[in-house]
Amino acid sequence: MIKSQNLVKEYGSFRAVDKVSFELRKGDILGFLGPNGAGKSTTMKMITGFLPPTSGTASVGGHDIQSHPIEAKRLLGYLPESGPLYQEMTVLEFLKFAGEIRGMDTGARDKALTRVMEICHLENVRHQTIETLSKGFRQRVGMAQAVLHDPSYLVMDEPTDGLDPNQKQEVRKLIASMASDKAIILSTHILEEVEAMCNRVIIIARGRVLVDETPADLLKRHPRHNAVRLVLQSGGPDAVRETLDRIPQVGKVEALGNGWLIHPKHGEVIKPRVWEAARAGNWPVESLENAPLRLEEVFRELTLAPDAKPEKTKPSQKKSREKVEAA
Amino acid sequence: MKSVISIFKREFLGYFRSPVAYVFLAVFLIASAGLPWFVGGFFESNEAGLDRFFIFLPWVFLFLIPAVGMRLWSEEKRSGTWELLFTMPVSVTQAVVAKFLAGWAFVSLAIVLTLPMPITIAYLGEPDWGPVISGYFGAILMAGAYLGVCSLASSMTKNQVISFVISVVFCLLLVLLGWSVFNELMLSLNLPVALVDALANFSFVTHFESMVKGLIRVKDLFFFFSLTAFCLCLNILVLER
Ligand SMILES: Nc1ncnc2c1ncn2[C@@H]1O[C@H](COP(=O)(O)OP(=O)(O)OP(=O)(O)O)[C@@H](O)[C@H]1O
Ligand SMILES: [Mg+2]
Repeated sequence: MIKSQNLVKEYGSFRAVDKVSFELRKGDILGFLGPNGAGKSTTMKMITGFLPPTSGTASVGGHDIQSHPIEAKRLLGYLPESGPLYQEMTVLEFLKFAGEIRGMDTGARDKALTRVMEICHLENVRHQTIETLSKGFRQRVGMAQAVLHDPSYLVMDEPTDGLDPNQKQEVRKLIASMASDKAIILSTHILEEVEAMCNRVIIIARGRVLVDETPADLLKRHPRHNAVRLVLQSGGPDAVRETLDRIPQVGKVEALGNGWLIHPKHGEVIKPRVWEAARAGNWPVESLENAPLRLEEVFRELTLAPDAKPEKTKPSQKKSREKVEAA
Repeated sequence: MKSVISIFKREFLGYFRSPVAYVFLAVFLIASAGLPWFVGGFFESNEAGLDRFFIFLPWVFLFLIPAVGMRLWSEEKRSGTWELLFTMPVSVTQAVVAKFLAGWAFVSLAIVLTLPMPITIAYLGEPDWGPVISGYFGAILMAGAYLGVCSLASSMTKNQVISFVISVVFCLLLVLLGWSVFNELMLSLNLPVALVDALANFSFVTHFESMVKGLIRVKDLFFFFSLTAFCLCLNILVLER
């Protein structure tokens, strides 16, 4: 289990990380999201024991990272941001070093080396010095180093940064395949990655946790959550709008091209209702589908709020609170 | 222990991964042999000893050991690899000691490579082996103390040039305090003899000179070991933040 309790990091009078708390169990993949400078990397550096926190504690596998750093670090694999590596070593030398410093014996290390070089596709550059590698390959070396000892806890700061689309896909697959027996934290700016891999999302802005929930719950905050898009063949009846308005669960109805964007009143599932209405009215339906939702839009709304405050309320409640505040 | 060995190995072999190591070894050999020759009149003296070689060592060390020590921590900080190192299961103490030992082994290698000198002298005459052995022993100890200072300096900045300059300044101070010319200058300023002597006790030169003469005294050993240990302890504190 990775546990972070009220982690705070201050640089002078500036609070880079402000009381970040969460718990992560084996099997969890936590996606860390947030705008640039939000404090993601700083939080990770504190969890991995590189930066001492100003206050608060973190523990890995039950070992406090401050008081029992060696035990905690033994269980950790860490891919730092922008992969710092010993540039003058070759890939093989570096990975051997990483294995040795973790106390692996030669047999186990060589087996692990073969494994990670295969999954990170490093065989062809094994004797090349790291400084001569391209950025993506350096990132792979960092990745290989992080998983070499098959750690129970993995912390990865932007693991797919700098990789080509194929490699990105492979790394995502790799991470997902490791999930069952590990607890993984990764940060990213690519929101599809979170949807594809993570079962938890933490959005952090200005050092504070804004939300901590599943990607599906996060999507529920989307203004178009459960909205449907109805497209009719030309020459549909004029009474469509009135009929739609009469369905009790339907809220706002917007005209959109030759169709309609239909919002639920309180986030209910309205697709079957709309479908019934269409059949009853014998409308020439061309398509009826859920409105496309993008995590980006949720992210933007959450992090661009003038004063993004930590909040755990659902969107509907939020709206009513805003009304109260406005009044 | 395993991790100490692996850091030591990486660091020591690291010197040879760049041409810097070979340049360093060449410059060291030329300087340490050349200075006594051209400045000290090595072969004009009739003594079949290595005094003149040893006398110049503190000055050779003054520039060359900071050149070895400056990269110890500055480079890790600059390139960010200390983030990797300190998230591995090693303590700061282990890392500091391992890297120090690697640097010390490298410098000791350079010192050992000057051995052809006493061998030449032995061939030419009948040297007194006692001072040669104690002198070499002293040189290696002294190199460790220099390197301790340099390691500390290099942990304080990620800029190698600044680290080099700080190291040279500190080492220079520790050389000057025991340099006869400087001591006489202090005495001529009417400073009390006791004070000058006390200050001289903090110098590399004072303690090294007695070893060059063939004396191995506890207080000299104590000086070199304690100075080294003191610097490394500070070094650890600096890195632990
Ligand atoms: N050594 C430092 N001194 C002062 N401020 C710092 C230091 N390190 C980080 N910060 C500040 O802390 C804040 C958080 O930085 P951090 O690197 O954690 O952001 P991030 O969320 O990882 O951003 P990105 O998405 O760009 O990687 C930033 O405002 C940064 O400027
Ligand atoms: Mg970052």
